[in-house]
Amino acid sequence: MQQVILFFIRNKSLLLFFLLFSISVYLTIQAHSIHSTKYFNSSSFLVGGVQNNLNSVTDYFHLRKENTLLQEENAYLRNLLHNDTWEDIEKVDSLTKNFTFQFTPAKVISNNYTKSYNILTIDKGAKDGVKIDMGVITTNGIIGIVNKVSENYATVQSILNKRSQINAKLKKTNHFGLLVWEKIRDPRHAHLIDIPRHTEFNIGDTIVTGGKSTIFPEGIPIGIIDDFTLEEINNAFMIRVKLFTDMTNLNAIYLINNFDSQEILELEAAAKIGNE
Amino acid sequence: MNNIVTQVFRFIVLLAVQILILNNVQLFGYSSPYVYILFIIGFPLTANRNLLILLGFILGLAVDIYSNSGGVHAGASVLIAYLRPFLLKFSFGVSFEHNNIKFTQAEVKQQMLYLFSMVFIHHFVLFALENFSVKLLVQTLESTLVSTIFSSILIYCILIIFSRIPNR
Repeated sequence: MQQVILFFIRNKSLLLFFLLFSISVYLTIQAHSIHSTKYFNSSSFLVGGVQNNLNSVTDYFHLRKENTLLQEENAYLRNLLHNDTWEDIEKVDSLTKNFTFQFTPAKVISNNYTKSYNILTIDKGAKDGVKIDMGVITTNGIIGIVNKVSENYATVQSILNKRSQINAKLKKTNHFGLLVWEKIRDPRHAHLIDIPRHTEFNIGDTIVTGGKSTIFPEGIPIGIIDDFTLEEINNAFMIRVKLFTDMTNLNAIYLINNFDSQEILELEAAAKIGNE
Repeated sequence: MNNIVTQVFRFIVLLAVQILILNNVQLFGYSSPYVYILFIIGFPLTANRNLLILLGFILGLAVDIYSNSGGVHAGASVLIAYLRPFLLKFSFGVSFEHNNIKFTQAEVKQQMLYLFSMVFIHHFVLFALENFSVKLLVQTLESTLVSTIFSSILIYCILIIFSRIPNR
């Protein structure tokens, strides 16, 4: 017994080190599994609060750029308003029309883009109706998907995350693929994989979201084709996409809520059970 | 007493500088410099070793919480806090054991060796934990090297600027 106690006293630094190091590794593994960053993350009240205050200061530095972006969007919306769609809108009774997607504005208060698994924090949370798996976009294109929500804040799994997989398609030919961020450490590009070999496309073609998931509506811009290689193993193209969104400079964003998502998911789950 | 206040002050300032400023700095699109480990590097040589390990853990965990990275900073910080006596002996030789060295008065070569080995080990463990995969080993080494050089230069500059001028 004395031997054991002596051993502990003699090696207390080593034991303390092992204990704390194991806790760190445990927390790391926790953070690596999806949707389970239980204990500490920046959507918690204290951390989110500090970042929010800091952000209210740094916001001023981006005002000019934000104004231009808003102006561009205004111009785009004005175009829609005064062109041919106007008559269609008048005929529709707005009370009976079903809106599937709802857009909510929010702000990014913490942005990451240099790691392998990048996560953003935004200033809207469960209180504002934010839910897990809502899509996040800017005026220019997509950003990511909400992966964790607290009372006042939420975190977003960026498209610059090795775990991110988003359904996307070629705007011209409607061929579907998966948008991933695996091969490179570069915040300006992502890769579109699994595009069949017979597909015809050119450098400079536009890539948009596919609408084959409940998260993003169809046709939200992602980027343009920058480069491509043919992968011999699975006989499909891997396309390098230059993203429209400048992921290194994010501020104003929109959250997309799909009112039908629950219904669709429940239906799909029921169909799956029926098959088994 | 005065010494404790100095250390608490350092802890808070380095943590604030790291999470509020340096986490937003990027070098060649690789990664941020991590200067907060200056707290562990510059901790009094005579102080309790277990206390440093514990403080290293708390410091790393605080950085982790703010950068949403699980426990990668905590793990790397605990490791260098534990290894510090070995690295001190390795860099400064026996004079360290008699506790009669002052960091800023030692030879530049020895200072560099100590600083670089601490920063390198910290950054390697940090990026290895962050990527958490053998497949990304090349990327891990790449990030480690770039960040180590950047962090070491910054830490050395801070040490030179803030060290008291020795009496001649």
